[in-house]
Amino acid sequence: MAEEYNLSIPASLAKKIKERIEGTGFDSISSYVTYVLRELLAEDEKENELTKEDEEKIKERLRALGYLD
Amino acid sequence: MLPHGGKLVYRADNNKNIEGMQKMEVSEEIAVDIENIAYGVFSPLEGFMCRNDFENVVYNMRLENDLPWTIPIILDVNESFREGDEILLYSKNGMKAEMKIEEIYSYDKKELANKVFKTNDMAHPGVKKISGMKDKLIGGKITLIENGDHQFENYYLKPAETRVLFKEKRWKEIVAFQTRNVPHLGHEYVQKTALTFVDGLFINPIIGKKKHGDFKNEVILRAYDALIKNYYRNDTTVLSILRTEMRYAGPREAIFHAIMRKNFGCTHFIVGRDHAGVGNYYAPYEAHEIFNEFPDLGIIPIFFHSFFYCKKCGGVVNEKICPHDEKHHINFSGTAIRKMLINGESPPEIMMRKEVADVVMSYENPFVD
Repeated sequence: MAEEYNLSIPASLAKKIKERIEGTGFDSISSYVTYVLRELLAEDEKENELTKEDEEKIKERLRALGYLD
Repeated sequence: MLPHGGKLVYRADNNKNIEGMQKMEVSEEIAVDIENIAYGVFSPLEGFMCRNDFENVVYNMRLENDLPWTIPIILDVNESFREGDEILLYSKNGMKAEMKIEEIYSYDKKELANKVFKTNDMAHPGVKKISGMKDKLIGGKITLIENGDHQFENYYLKPAETRVLFKEKRWKEIVAFQTRNVPHLGHEYVQKTALTFVDGLFINPIIGKKKHGDFKNEVILRAYDALIKNYYRNDTTVLSILRTEMRYAGPREAIFHAIMRKNFGCTHFIVGRDHAGVGNYYAPYEAHEIFNEFPDLGIIPIFFHSFFYCKKCGGVVNEKICPHDEKHHINFSGTAIRKMLINGESPPEIMMRKEVADVVMSYENPFVD
């Protein structure tokens, strides 16, 4: 495992998470919180968005191949 | 739909200076892995796995950072490289890539086979492949300099391209269908049942090294062309290939297949019976059960048992909707269909569309030798 960092959350929140993950396959509060935070941070990272020019090039190829009209 | 790990990897640069670099030839399968890393099919991987990722994947089915990942993406070597070397990887089909070696490490082949394929039986194609691998692995990031030459270029889309395509089509929910077979009616009903609940269907056959007896790549593509042209709406269906080899790792490979389709921008992934299986190494629905271990996968699996023709119902149905006894059922057995095709018989139209059967039967030998 990668190096880990412990953080504290209110007990009431932990209780809610515990209820939420029951039967979902998440085996701990930590694994669920890690998943939610990872998704949240990824949503904020816009660095892999294409430029307009790149997107146009892709559309041209898709049209040439018959995938787009 | 975010790519796996949140960022679509892009590692291609055709201006890279390769003068004076040590060289190593790699197989076409490794060359395809390199292209898949470079174009984000294997996001978040940026290169071949170093030891920590490798061991986490083998033992825990997760990368070192805890992201789900089930199949080791590794590069074996004999050459006496050193950590820190920058080397040029090339293949016979013209692929060129630079790799910076971060780590050189040894591994246990038997343990690797046992964990990934759940067997050490040399009759398993994956086990046999591992036994022939070199003794050391090298890990590190790659940069693709030149693509290899490939067949079926007109069917090949990179994840960045499918994502634009889906956006242009205004598809928000897309279901991916993985295949390595020509389609029979069971496949068609699985796809159309799933499509009914989403915006688009992404049929994504694996084109790559397969085992003896599998359908040839060209046959699969031409058969799908015939099926789609005659029986699918083109505003809800896309056919595009995935270049990668079949690993035949059953449940682990089902997760890997789902991750790749997530990177293409799909939101749902169809998992059938004995997905990516071979022989009797995996239980028929083991590839369904493994998804319970990955609630954080980020793509929704859609499980199907099997569709069959029911003479009483007078149509293609499945076990959830057909009340009749098994004696009224005709199963879409791949083995039976294959046998008919080998004997030059066209499968009945309740099993395979005539247009599809015609394509397959137009080949003297539609199977891999």
